[in-house]
Amino acid sequence: MAGLRLRSIKDLPREELFNPGHGLCAGCTASTIVRHLLKIAGRNTIVVNATGCVEVSTTMYPYTSWKVPWLHVAFENAAAVASGVEAALKAMSRKGLIDPSKRINIIVLAGDGGTYDIGFQALSGMLERGHKLMYVLYDNEAYMNTGIQRSGSTPLHAWTTTTPIGKVMRGKLQPKKPIAEIVAAHRIPYVATTNVAHFMDMDKKFLKGLQVEGPSFIHVLQPCTAGWKFDPRYGIKLARLATETAMWINWEMDHGSFKVTVRVPKRKHVRHYLKLQGRFKGLTEDDIEEIQKYVDAEVERINKLVGAQVIGPLVED
Amino acid sequence: MAVQRLVVEQVRLALSSNQAVAYAVRDADVDVVAAYPITPQTTVMEKISEMIANGEMDAELIHVESEHSALSAVVGASAAGARVFTATSSQGLELMHEILHIASGLRLPVVMAVPTRALSAPISIWNDYSDLMNTRDTSWVTLIASTAQEVYDTVIEAFRIAEDPRILLPVMIGYDGFAMSHTYEPVYIAKSPERIREFLPRRDRVKLDPNRPVTMGTITPPEWYYELKYQQVVAMNEALKVVKETDKLLGELLGRDYEPVETYMMDDAEIGFLVYGGVYGTLVEAIDTMRSKGFRVGAARLRLWRPFPVEDLVEKTRNLEKLIVVDRAISYGARIAGPVALEVISAYYYEDDAPLIASVIAGIGQRTITEDDFVKLAEVYMRKGRDSPLYRESIYWGVRGVEVK
Repeated sequence: MAGLRLRSIKDLPREELFNPGHGLCAGCTASTIVRHLLKIAGRNTIVVNATGCVEVSTTMYPYTSWKVPWLHVAFENAAAVASGVEAALKAMSRKGLIDPSKRINIIVLAGDGGTYDIGFQALSGMLERGHKLMYVLYDNEAYMNTGIQRSGSTPLHAWTTTTPIGKVMRGKLQPKKPIAEIVAAHRIPYVATTNVAHFMDMDKKFLKGLQVEGPSFIHVLQPCTAGWKFDPRYGIKLARLATETAMWINWEMDHGSFKVTVRVPKRKHVRHYLKLQGRFKGLTEDDIEEIQKYVDAEVERINKLVGAQVIGPLVED
Repeated sequence: MAVQRLVVEQVRLALSSNQAVAYAVRDADVDVVAAYPITPQTTVMEKISEMIANGEMDAELIHVESEHSALSAVVGASAAGARVFTATSSQGLELMHEILHIASGLRLPVVMAVPTRALSAPISIWNDYSDLMNTRDTSWVTLIASTAQEVYDTVIEAFRIAEDPRILLPVMIGYDGFAMSHTYEPVYIAKSPERIREFLPRRDRVKLDPNRPVTMGTITPPEWYYELKYQQVVAMNEALKVVKETDKLLGELLGRDYEPVETYMMDDAEIGFLVYGGVYGTLVEAIDTMRSKGFRVGAARLRLWRPFPVEDLVEKTRNLEKLIVVDRAISYGARIAGPVALEVISAYYYEDDAPLIASVIAGIGQRTITEDDFVKLAEVYMRKGRDSPLYRESIYWGVRGVEVK
């Protein structure tokens, strides 16, 4: 990472620190995220991984996909474990037990279950204490590792095995928890949302997150072929559609200043995003319109926050 | 017990067991402490905070938001190569339970002090050993101290045991909440920490190091999981030897000798008691009283709970006619409900000349055990032979509404 400047894709380091041969699904975008993350971070990195898809799929003993030191302890405590790693490096370098001149990146990698739900308390504690580490949330909007159960991140009306689209209940009844904003409310130096389709946006945010003093939080939308029920070739396309429909907005909060980093002059109807996914298959036109209304309100709120129309009006082409 | 040979220069202080822990942690040059407040552990953390704030101790203190995170944070720090410490009691230890197994499974030399306390519900802030006994199967080397002096010595010893390359296992040190954690006793501590630090050399071990990347905490398929767990079995068994060796080295360093099972007036005793923790002091007094009246009674205490020192226990108690095991924890639904009593009976199963073993439950939620209780218990069991039902199941001593005849 040291001295890395990201102007174009050509600046991305060629070194691969995430080995192929892991067990993630064909078309899984989590591996794309991890691959980029390690390119940005480089070798001087320690990864703490919460229980989840990435953890189980990349470390089947006696094999590993990780060329950097990696630790998994449990589901709900990755932020606490990483706090300990950070404190250890601090104390040991102060005492001369490790090289004090070497700056080691500490990265937490956790899914939505491990962040929104079971890991929330440990996350909040870590943020409040101000540990210098980067927390990367790969958000596939349900408990995919255990077989697609609802999480606090599952969007409105999405099907999961525990929120079926039935005669009375229409998938998940609540919208997503605004986790990145809740994290931002801790007033840490850097919070960003990003999306694997806009990988330069994502990679720049990883880099910034690693450079700031104090905690940073990068929230990445991660389309999941198995849980969202789409053709594996559409992962990146869906991620792009999420931004184009404003189902997902790429923003950053850099030392208190808020900015939308991927502007969307003309917004598409959410239908384009929903129709490619089996998890929204059973929805009626009314359900879809309800989602659209929810997104419209979000767009209005964000534009007001920025003070400009960074996300444009709905335009059908 | 302890014969005083002042090998390292020491100073005498009046300390509670909780404070003794803090001094030991300071002298052991711990790098990272993470803890969350809970009665009766809190003053351990307060004393350590004070030492760090005054520059008397060079460590990172992580003020975590729960005990689950306390143990998680020291697990992370230990994996990164630091010397780590935490302390908790009761509900806090229960909240840590998941990570207790992970600390030992990852073979991390974490050291934890546990001033013991009863478990909720109903909530009780007072002492018994229900919390510590619930950790029995977590693969932590578990020592139980009975004086503040022993607490100081044992915490220092614990780091050496935990970091021994032959075992690499976490170590827990239990002692009575309140009766010890908040009671002041004279304690000898090292005048300067250098010799303690020589006793605790920094040893290299597998850790999170970008120069030598390792993957720790993998998912492990049926082809491998059992072997890794069996290595833990071997390490725990090996720990018995390591603890005994370290006891000897500690004796040479500080001039105080400890053994997995310690005894008092046991040589010619007919009836012996086995206890653990601070109540041993009360028992020893009771033995003196009974001896002065001509009764051949003796006392033993279990200092090492895991790994269980079968041979030591049998060797030191086999000449008894009757062995009364007093547990301060209950295994509900078991006929013999005392965790240590169960272990003692199992230790004697293949011995030909086993004493009659009685299981007594007492001291639950700090129902005080007095010298008089031991005298009365001795009187009860003196009259009871093999046919008495009092050996067939645990008796609940001191509980209202239950009369032991």
